[in-house]
Amino acid sequence: MPAYLSARLCSLALSLLLIAFALPAFAGPFEDGVAKFANDDFSDTEEAIGVVAGSGNALAFPIISALQDGRLMADPDSKKVYVTGTDGKSIDAATGQAVASVPDSASAVRLNNRLRRSVDAALGGLTLQSPDVGTRLQAAQSVFKSHEETALEAVDAALAKETNRSVKTALGEARAAILLFKADASEVEKLEAVATLKARGDQEAMALLTGMGDQPASVTKAAASAIGSIQSSLAIWSTVQNAWYGLSLGSVLLLAAIGLAITFGVMGVINMAHGEMVMIGAYTTFVVQEVIRTRYPGLFDYSLLIAVPLAFVVAGAIGVLIERSIIRFLYGRPLETLLATWGLSLVLQQAVRTMFGPTNREVGNPSWMSGAFELGQITITYNRLWILVFTLALFAILLAMLRYTALGLEMRAVTQNRRMAASMGIATSRVDALTFGLGSGIAGIAGVALSQIDNVSPNLGQSYIIDSFMVVVFGGVGNLWGTLVGAFTLGIANKFLEPVAGAVLGKIAILVLIILFIQKRPRGLFALKGRAVEA
Amino acid sequence: MLSKSIHDIAASFSRRGVLAATAGLMLGLAPLTGAKAADDTIKVGVLHSLSGTMAISETTLKDTILFLIDEQNKKGGVNGKKLEAVVVDPASNWPLFAEKARELITKDKVSVVFGCWTSVSRKSVLPVFKELNSILFYPVQYEGEESERNVFYTGAAPNQQAIPAVDYLMKEEKVKRWVLAGTDYVYPRTTNKILEAYLKSKGVAQEDIMINYTPFGHSDWQTIVADIKKFGSAGKKTAVVSTINGDANVPFYKELGNQGIKAKDIPVVAFSVGEEELAGIDTKPLVGHLAAWNYFESIKTKDGSNEKFIKDWQAYTKNPKRVTNDPMEAHVIGFNMWVKAVEKVKSTDPDKVIEALPGIEAPNLTGGVSKMLPNHHITKPVFIGEIKGNGQFDVVWKTPGLVAGDAWSKELDGSKDLIGDWVGKKCGNFNTKTNKCLGSGS
Repeated sequence: MPAYLSARLCSLALSLLLIAFALPAFAGPFEDGVAKFANDDFSDTEEAIGVVAGSGNALAFPIISALQDGRLMADPDSKKVYVTGTDGKSIDAATGQAVASVPDSASAVRLNNRLRRSVDAALGGLTLQSPDVGTRLQAAQSVFKSHEETALEAVDAALAKETNRSVKTALGEARAAILLFKADASEVEKLEAVATLKARGDQEAMALLTGMGDQPASVTKAAASAIGSIQSSLAIWSTVQNAWYGLSLGSVLLLAAIGLAITFGVMGVINMAHGEMVMIGAYTTFVVQEVIRTRYPGLFDYSLLIAVPLAFVVAGAIGVLIERSIIRFLYGRPLETLLATWGLSLVLQQAVRTMFGPTNREVGNPSWMSGAFELGQITITYNRLWILVFTLALFAILLAMLRYTALGLEMRAVTQNRRMAASMGIATSRVDALTFGLGSGIAGIAGVALSQIDNVSPNLGQSYIIDSFMVVVFGGVGNLWGTLVGAFTLGIANKFLEPVAGAVLGKIAILVLIILFIQKRPRGLFALKGRAVEA
Repeated sequence: MLSKSIHDIAASFSRRGVLAATAGLMLGLAPLTGAKAADDTIKVGVLHSLSGTMAISETTLKDTILFLIDEQNKKGGVNGKKLEAVVVDPASNWPLFAEKARELITKDKVSVVFGCWTSVSRKSVLPVFKELNSILFYPVQYEGEESERNVFYTGAAPNQQAIPAVDYLMKEEKVKRWVLAGTDYVYPRTTNKILEAYLKSKGVAQEDIMINYTPFGHSDWQTIVADIKKFGSAGKKTAVVSTINGDANVPFYKELGNQGIKAKDIPVVAFSVGEEELAGIDTKPLVGHLAAWNYFESIKTKDGSNEKFIKDWQAYTKNPKRVTNDPMEAHVIGFNMWVKAVEKVKSTDPDKVIEALPGIEAPNLTGGVSKMLPNHHITKPVFIGEIKGNGQFDVVWKTPGLVAGDAWSKELDGSKDLIGDWVGKKCGNFNTKTNKCLGSGS
């Protein structure tokens, strides 16, 4: 439940509490039900939820919502149950009387998944007429999910009063779900229910229609045709979904490969330590978040924005250092470069392992990167969406930099013809260092984004190095556009293969396809032409 | 020559595991503690990866054994001799495990080895322990189908973890439809084979079981999570039984959370996710998902043994936040059993200790007493825990008593007649139908 909702529920709970104080205490089934919460037994708790929710007592809502939030305290010795408010004040759950403090022996009433479902259903029935639109919508949806017959009266009452259109639709769907499963509902009602669910047209509606059990013949027939039409619309959506997943995977591949496209693609250095630059970027994010958590908790949502330039600087500086101390002695010797950078990647991994420990580090998602929204019948998660946007922006910036800045011009000059560039007065060794630093810095930035979807562990880089090389080689060495097209092609191909062949076979199939492709076009999708190729 | 080496490099390119292995070779050449032979000490080998992909899990187990040795030495050691740890680093490299094991036994002359995590590392050291006749304590839950004279399995066999977990989901959550999701290697494949047979024997139809494998370190879970969602919306209660390994879990759970799959809709019960793994994730979206283990850090014991262990462990590691987990407990039980056996026979001679171990009892950390069985597995309680917001587990169910570990699964056709019995039959794969030992006798 989102924070704002629970806050609203709490304020509602408090206002209900005020009413409750006015009521005289009486002993009866309600009190017995409440006392069952103290037994610490899941079946007793379930019974208690049923009794309390069906009691009509004004305390029902505060008790159940406290149960959901873990604020319902039970004392196993005295069998007393207390509701603690979010403001720290507590009341006796059976009588509504305020108590000074909850005894130390009391602990929160425990829930398991089955009970959480009962709590949701009970709360749904209790909040159908809440003054808040969001709460009502959620209540209607949880009634739809639980479709308990007992809620029908409450749904009908709420429907009569409801004015908001989306809540009204949700209530109508909840009503349809209940009627479909109600044994004594008339055939007309059931047919209407099937039509309502068909209009809803999503997987949950289909789940209800397929699982509805024995029905009159006409209803079964209507349901079958509804299922058919939902299925065909879902099939179209699943293609859209695969395409979106492909774009998303492509963006991750591009993100990981984009730095390598510079160090390997433009400079021709087989840089096996590329993945470790990504990892360093991810660990920079971790350190930034750690500092923010301890010193400035309010800034947490900006942690990634702060981490991006820092990761660029840290990984870029390490990149320059590596180029100056190792790689510049190895230009033109690809095998030695490969081994040296491979060794370096191990050194970097073990260094990080020694500094931060071998276990995963927790990098949190800022609120704007958590959750998802529905677009038609597909779910689009915010973190994937932002990574796609971020990757494309990064790509555009890099492209503009290579094309329009002096450094970009020098880089292209040096990689196309080193001796000519040197004769024209370009300090080629300085450009080499900066280019390698740029590639590493970009990899560091990629690490910031990847920390949002993957583990932050010393092995983070290893899992991306193969894919990165694959993308760059497939796209065409030395061509940034090739990397872009290569990444998205591989991403989309992978995601269309995966549902058919499974994740393992899909990956193998992609590798085989690339091998065949490279046989046909050894220089990749976008081959460089001209003298640079022969050089 | 040159083309040969290029070929080699290309080969290792395609297989990450091999790359990691070469990495290990470079780093793990020297043992970390070069121990000098001394007659007044008993040497204990520790064979856990401290670098490479498995370091994430195994480093803790190395620390556990060092901690246990430290505690034992404070009590005066064993048979009047101090214990001395010999730590080596097999660097997540399976062949190197065998080399390091040989080194421990022949060069360092250790009396016992505590080690291995993955099944493939255990399989790779097996011949060494058999040939040199030494003892290995293996602390991790595994796929079963094995009983060796030189190995003592203190982790859970499938009937001590997977089967009770499925029983729980069937009874408590009324699950009718099953997704068996795992990483593509031997443990998930065998476990899923056993579970599939078990589910079918309980009347679950083929179309209500979805089996899915992913590569190691899989990080893009969008399609699979969407598939699970789709599979789960067929009108029957659905659950995911996850044998997904280590690193791949974090992105899996993140994707579940982001796509809005809550535990109350489709619960996931995991066999490889413990306190240690959760320490790296924000667990709030995971509340209610389940794990099945023989130990949870949050378990309260009447005699306070678990609480004391956690306190001592955190004091030893000087880290008040250091968590404990199930394989650690397995090492604690195994270590104490070994100490008792050595004290019983007053010798560290492998043959005598191997003979003495079955029947030895040692307290586990959850208030019970585990016993070493003739098939070299132990009795353990099984707990189902729900993930809480603080990264710990809340036990929602446990078996009434201790469950005896089956070396050979009763669910699979190939192994249901087999038993391991190193006391009476002196055989690890004795066929009770034909009354014959199939060849791993002593």
